[in-house]
Amino acid sequence: MKSTDAILHTRGESRYVDDLPQPEGLLHAAVFFSPIAHGRIQNFDVSRARQSEGVVAVLTAEDIPGENQIGPLIPDQELLAEEEVVYIGQPVALIVAQTAETARKAAGRIVLDVEEYPVITDPREAYQKGQIFGTPRTFQLGDVDAAWPHCEVVVEGHCEVGGQEHVYLETQRARAVPGEGRVIRVYSSTQSPYAVQKHVARVLGYPNHLIEVDVLRLGGGFGGKEDQATPWACLTALATWYTGHPVELVLTRQEDMLMTGKRHPYCSDFKIGVTREGKILAYEVRHYQNAGAAADLSPAILERTLFHSTNSYYIPNVRLFAVSCRTHLPPFTAFRGFGGPQGMFVMEAAIARVAEALGMPREEIQRKNLLQENDLFPYGQRVVDCRARRSWDVAMETYRFSAWKKRVEQFNRKHFHRKKGLAVMPICFGISFTATFLNQASALVHVYTDGSVSISTGGVEMGQGLRANITTIAARALGIRPERIKIESTNTTRIANMSPSAASATTVLNGNATLLAIRQIVSRLKSMIARELNLSDPDRVTIHDEKVWYRGSQTGWTWTQLVQTAYGKRINLSAQGFFATPGIYFDKQKEKGRPFAYHVYGTAILEVTLDCLRGIYTIDAVKIVHDLGRPLNRLIDLGQVEGGLAQGLGWMTVEELLFDEKGRNLSSALATYKPPDVYFMPDDLQVTFLENADEPIGPYGNKAVGEPPFMYGIGVFFALRQAMQAFRPRKDYEFKAPLTPERVLLELHREEVRQGCLRPATVESARQSD
Amino acid sequence: MAAPIHFWLNNEELRCNEPPGLSVLDYLRKRRRLVGTKEGCKEGDCGACTVLVGELQGRQVIYRPMTSCLMPLGELHGKHLVTIEGINRPELNPVQQAIVQEGATQCGFCTPGIVMSLMGYIMQKGQVVDARGIKRWLSGHLCRCTGYRSLKAVAGHLQTSVGDRPGIENLIRNRWLPEYFAHMPRRLARIAPPVHRDGKPENRLIIAGGTDIYVQRGEELPETDVFLFNLMPKPKGIRLSGKALHIGALTTFEELAAHAQVRRLIPRIREYMHLIASLQIRHRATVGGNIINASPIADIVILFLALDVRLVLQKGRQRRVLPLRQFYLGYKRMDQRPGEILVEVQIPRDVEGCRIHFEKVSKRRTLDIASVNSAICLRSNDDGTIESAAVAVGGVAPVPLFLEKTSRFLEGKSCRPETVLQAVEIAMTEISPISDVRGSADYKRLLTRQLIIAHFTTLFPDKMQVREFYEVH
Ligand SMILES: Cc1cc2nc3c(=O)[nH]c(=O)nc-3n(C[C@H](O)[C@H](O)[C@H](O)COP(=O)(O)OP(=O)(O)OC[C@H]3O[C@@H](n4cnc5c(N)ncnc54)[C@H](O)[C@@H]3O)c2cc1C
Ligand code: FES
Ligand code: FES
Repeated sequence: MKSTDAILHTRGESRYVDDLPQPEGLLHAAVFFSPIAHGRIQNFDVSRARQSEGVVAVLTAEDIPGENQIGPLIPDQELLAEEEVVYIGQPVALIVAQTAETARKAAGRIVLDVEEYPVITDPREAYQKGQIFGTPRTFQLGDVDAAWPHCEVVVEGHCEVGGQEHVYLETQRARAVPGEGRVIRVYSSTQSPYAVQKHVARVLGYPNHLIEVDVLRLGGGFGGKEDQATPWACLTALATWYTGHPVELVLTRQEDMLMTGKRHPYCSDFKIGVTREGKILAYEVRHYQNAGAAADLSPAILERTLFHSTNSYYIPNVRLFAVSCRTHLPPFTAFRGFGGPQGMFVMEAAIARVAEALGMPREEIQRKNLLQENDLFPYGQRVVDCRARRSWDVAMETYRFSAWKKRVEQFNRKHFHRKKGLAVMPICFGISFTATFLNQASALVHVYTDGSVSISTGGVEMGQGLRANITTIAARALGIRPERIKIESTNTTRIANMSPSAASATTVLNGNATLLAIRQIVSRLKSMIARELNLSDPDRVTIHDEKVWYRGSQTGWTWTQLVQTAYGKRINLSAQGFFATPGIYFDKQKEKGRPFAYHVYGTAILEVTLDCLRGIYTIDAVKIVHDLGRPLNRLIDLGQVEGGLAQGLGWMTVEELLFDEKGRNLSSALATYKPPDVYFMPDDLQVTFLENADEPIGPYGNKAVGEPPFMYGIGVFFALRQAMQAFRPRKDYEFKAPLTPERVLLELHREEVRQGCLRPATVESARQSD
Repeated sequence: MAAPIHFWLNNEELRCNEPPGLSVLDYLRKRRRLVGTKEGCKEGDCGACTVLVGELQGRQVIYRPMTSCLMPLGELHGKHLVTIEGINRPELNPVQQAIVQEGATQCGFCTPGIVMSLMGYIMQKGQVVDARGIKRWLSGHLCRCTGYRSLKAVAGHLQTSVGDRPGIENLIRNRWLPEYFAHMPRRLARIAPPVHRDGKPENRLIIAGGTDIYVQRGEELPETDVFLFNLMPKPKGIRLSGKALHIGALTTFEELAAHAQVRRLIPRIREYMHLIASLQIRHRATVGGNIINASPIADIVILFLALDVRLVLQKGRQRRVLPLRQFYLGYKRMDQRPGEILVEVQIPRDVEGCRIHFEKVSKRRTLDIASVNSAICLRSNDDGTIESAAVAVGGVAPVPLFLEKTSRFLEGKSCRPETVLQAVEIAMTEISPISDVRGSADYKRLLTRQLIIAHFTTLFPDKMQVREFYEVH
């Protein structure tokens, strides 16, 4: 199916928040934010900004009529800072003016003096000082302590992974428009319209129903607009409330990069014990999550780190510890994978260390420990319908791994400073919101008398192809052409209390809700036609190809005829469907349960070439076998796999998020923060979908696809490590990601650098002897 | 009041009195509400704002993709600005079709810009559409959603549809491009050249390609009295005369790398150019801007330091020639007198016959600023003795650095690994890198060594191999 969105995109006719026609009297806002990471506000003077020409209002915490508190899990963030600032980029005031330029210029006239307090940027330091969110969590399986003595080899290690900037191409933005009475309508670029609605209402002290949130589409989200679209929407609504005008706020790229949260940096310690054959008996890990200055979604993300800490391996004795640490950085937030990748990285590092200790290929350890049917995950869920080994085997065979490996070894024998590395990366990712209550969705379907159909769901289109997927599902269920179906904007007046579009679950949840709504309408139509035609068995009526059939033969009725007749007979042509994922639960006391409806599996093989003289590398090939259930829209699913992979590869290599000890983001522009570009991605990128792998819960056998492929990218770290070892065989290369060209080169030449032989002092003497 | 800016926007003739320093992007989105062009960064790094700019050359209009966020409106005088709205026809064109068929758009925010670049690509005559070309024209576009595979696959479709007959006429004939494009040469020819105000340029802010100034001071430019250097007929062009190759300061990076004479002197310049900025930026960025901007890692500057180019600075009628190597005095401080404009760069012809090489290492291989870059220019005789040498390194000092002592040391030495290592030791005394977002000081030192080794192993593969440098230790 050709997606209508895609056509609009290529013509530049898709409308994002600030592309919509401008309402009369539209004002523009800019945010003044804290330039200091931690401290008490001493003197705060906005008078000069207020007096600037073209400025309509300067709003501060004092102007908030309701609560100055936001936050998805616990409301621990101030919308506008009042007494204390806790990170650089924290909003302190909102300037509303005739133009955005005027507003920004006026922001420069605000005076803010802050008494500076000590700044913490390191999660371990925060932990030691008791600065944590919630309580530390521990998942256990078997008995680790009892298992160590049985292990023939035990190794330990330390990992560090960096954060990641979302770089959704469309920065955060919102537009609020006053309605009748106290109503405010907010156009927001959010993955979570309900969160926006709730928070705007709270900030204004309104009931939810006075706030209407409408979302047409997002120019990318990736988790970054799950809860961090909320403040900007609240600020525009506040300004509209205050001025009575429509107000728009569009962050510049640099503002966005400075003010918003990103993927969490983690540091972790691991200990792993194996038999001489490489069977893993015990694994212990401690994760310190750098959560930033507010809870945001960090505790939930931490939980998913725990869920995925053993990736796709079965380990009988496990102790997983994780804690969310408060630092003075922007609150880190959701990003594709939601904490899972950080957990998996450490597991893969531990396996690398084991392989190196045993002198075995890494992939042998991986394969020996893959999950099998009926194994237990550390959180107590049983492994059902396991495709870990199957995707592994298909990958090995389809892509001829052993021959490939030989080619790589040959290459490495032939070349001195150019080395190749090859790594296998299996993944296992649980599908469902880990907060069980979020696994609900509703849909509203209208059939009009001309036979056209309008569908609203709680899902947000952000490029993941939700519109196309829902269209496909609905067209199939109604038996009509997709052209008849229009997917509406996501709107809180049509769908109430919606969950965010996240956790890869948007199509699963909203597709199922759509199906449930459609089934009601179809069933009414079938009963009607059975009555009309005196058919004894309404269940044998079917609608497909826009025609009505009975027991497999045509009745002569068409879809439009059917709909028109139904209307004439006063039959309800609208329905609301509600879906709640069955059979999932989690007991946080015991840290056991069945949190996931199912798991997605897959295996990737990655090849790199490293230039050890310069420290630069290319990713030559990535070949994937991915478990997708039955594809709904092949192109869309493929796009999700490839796009997720690209982000994963970037996270492990060139995307380096840097903060200094003062909490300043040093990489807050696209000139300094580098996501993959067209040359970075390998030309040889192949994806095979596992066939005959229907997932019964998904609509039409489809499995969620958004997040899991991100984690294939982790493999590139280990491919590079292998290439480094081919050049200078050593086992103590650090597990520090991203593995930038800088890190590679410094690691390869660690001794020279440590001995300081590149510093001029030692060179002086050398030159004198010259 | 300045004369209006007279140009064509899509199929519409305009005379507008907006500030000449306003960026084309702001003009389109804010003043005209043509919102198909997107803003993703306003610093030239994402390509979402890409438009085509058509310029009359002889009887043809040549279209180039440019980032509208870094382009002054005033420079459009006499030109044809094409936005996504201006290429749409009722049916999809081959680029649009291919993107839809490949699923090469997800959130869609990057897509209009990409469509513009690829349309620009198939509007160029005299080439064959292929996968390499597609990648090159995608080089300045960030897409966070697709992972690029599907975008690259557009090549296959374009090979079938457009194939070996790209060019505006053919596109119009196939109804892939609106017909009005056929009238553009005549229309542009009718526009009178820009009126130059008296006032001297020296009192105004000079904008050449704008690729640096808009990133640094974009906000102020609409209200600044700007001198749009590109509107001047001179100094453009490259010519050989006397002992030097004369390069007009307004020569863009792309023009530089495409020029036959330049390629004779610097045979691999196109390879180096691949590592510098993106196609859109290289269509705008000028040689003069690179030099005057005085960034310590300016790529062209580093190359030119090794070539010992001379600068011609001019103020009114006064001209002054000085070696580039003497131009930089400190961080962003230059031997430039008030009001002086750089008009020309002269590459000495005797670099012909020298071995020249340029190396650049950055975090991301393409469209990134160097952590360290380096250029070398060597003359050696048959027995392998170095007769003359010049090495420059960027990113390791407050200025783009010519390694004077290192270069001098190399002269007269024989070309052996030991020589190179000794040179590296001297280089270490000349550089003074600091730790920043482009890398730690240690890294930059290490890279300096590695790149010097790389120069020699690349230029003298028969005399030394990388291996030998590791065995010496
Ligand atoms: C996305 C992006 C990527 C980039 N990548 C690279 C890269 O890889 N390598 C690199 O070296 N640079 C890079 N740059 C920087 C920039 O493109 C170059 O420095 C370019 O050469 C600047 O030229 P310009 O004509 O655009 O300068 P402008 O921005 O027009 O001017 C820069 C400064 O020089 C002055 N000036 C310009 N010309 C003259 C003149 N003839 N006489 C006197 N003063 C003058 C201006 O007043 C201004 O102060 C990049 C820039 C961007 C936006
Ligand atoms: S807006 Fe990103 S390149 Fe212009
Ligand atoms: S489709 Fe979203 S950035 Fe390219």
